[in-house]
Amino acid sequence: MKPFKRRRRGGMTATFTAAEAHLLANLAGQVVELLRDRNGLSESEADPLAAQLGMGGPSTPPEDPVLARLLPDAYRSDADDSSEFRRLTERSLTAAKVHYAEDLIGSLIDGGLTFGAAIEDESEDIEIELNPDAVQSWLKCLTDIRLSLAVRLGIENEEDVMLVAESGDEAIAAMSEIYDWLGYVQETLIGALD
Amino acid sequence: MRTPQPLSATALGAVMLLRHNGGVTTPTPVEILESDVDDVVELEDPWVTIVWNDPVNLMSYVAYVFRNYFGYTEEKAHELMLSVHHEGRAIVASGSREKMERHVQAMHEYGLWATLDRADA
Repeated sequence: MKPFKRRRRGGMTATFTAAEAHLLANLAGQVVELLRDRNGLSESEADPLAAQLGMGGPSTPPEDPVLARLLPDAYRSDADDSSEFRRLTERSLTAAKVHYAEDLIGSLIDGGLTFGAAIEDESEDIEIELNPDAVQSWLKCLTDIRLSLAVRLGIENEEDVMLVAESGDEAIAAMSEIYDWLGYVQETLIGALD
Repeated sequence: MRTPQPLSATALGAVMLLRHNGGVTTPTPVEILESDVDDVVELEDPWVTIVWNDPVNLMSYVAYVFRNYFGYTEEKAHELMLSVHHEGRAIVASGSREKMERHVQAMHEYGLWATLDRADA
């Protein structure tokens, strides 16, 4: 990856290898799937009458700890208020997060990412350029992916980050490497914004 | 800042990381209508938005969110970020309950862990 840089006219650019771009798109796609497993396909199936009748989204927190972290309770010490808030807002929060992920995937496709061909056959780099809206989507979606990975890795405090990085388990070490790399991608984007 | 590290083949091969084998729920999809609570006038600031520390979000990102969303100066955003980091939490806004609910929702969109509470709680 070549870090994010600000173009003279304001857009943010970065270059990824095809393999890195595939990984990003894949992870963003997995976030979308997780969210849709819980909240359906969103707007296209909306029923305004049901909403007027006060039938909102789910009112209990997700059992999957990744979803529970992406869609957290709004009230720390009041379960009833949390339920009501969740019922009224969880579906729109979900739709927002799906939108960020789709934006991220969209910018990679605009940068030349293609699906279907074997990754080894692709030598072309993926050069992306983000407008201010896409920058927001990238920052938020990179966060959602990192939060999800952290939950699966069992990262609960700062020491855990070091522990998983040194894990003898190959799968854990690989996930940890991706987690770190995503942090680096995000850091270069924030650095380029400042 | 760290230097960019190319990802290893092992890392790139680990593609299905986030799926969970637990149960799948598909609630009836409906649309949420915006409420008119904006019109409620509150004379005091009885509610607060609290952001909690987590080991995942980068310090630079948390400070960026405080600047970008709340419009805080770089100095104030940095100070609040450090409070979250060192004290485990920080009050980042106060006002009406409806306004704090909007802030909490926005923080959740950014992936920050935020809650609202009564100011005197």
